[in-house]
Amino acid sequence: MPIGVHIKENPSGFHRFDSVWTPTALVLDENGKERHRIEGYLPKDEFAAQLLLGLARVAFMQKKWADAEKLYDEILQKYPNSEAAPESVYWKAVSHYKATNDHTVLGEVPKTLQQKYPDSVWAKKAIPWAA
Amino acid sequence: MAVTWNKDIDAALSQAKTQHKPVLVDFSAAPA
Repeated sequence: MPIGVHIKENPSGFHRFDSVWTPTALVLDENGKERHRIEGYLPKDEFAAQLLLGLARVAFMQKKWADAEKLYDEILQKYPNSEAAPESVYWKAVSHYKATNDHTVLGEVPKTLQQKYPDSVWAKKAIPWAA
Repeated sequence: MAVTWNKDIDAALSQAKTQHKPVLVDFSAAPA
């Protein structure tokens, strides 16, 4: 459900979501709760990856683990070089763990992130999961 | 595929709730 808000035409709509800058894009769940925020311009592929990250977060917060895992995987398949990719590795594994209680999936994450995205903050976040 | 942007926030949020769909809100200052 796309909503377009021009800040000069609808300033109250802009402030309603605590927006402070343009461009800003929000991904909300069906109840209007914000689940992801993108501030500033991004190239097309990065933006698309961020939108998928938002949809994955919506599914995750609804405890739709399989849907979330699938969306995180879609990011990795379509946009493996995006900024959203290392975060997707992390949350894809968490989604799988939530669905199965199989913690071994988390143990693979630090190695994957170190190999593919060693400079990402997500590689650091996964360090405690290293076997 | 062209996107049809809703300008009525409340109507769009209500529709999203009814249809169980997520929402994308795009804030812009760019000239139309």
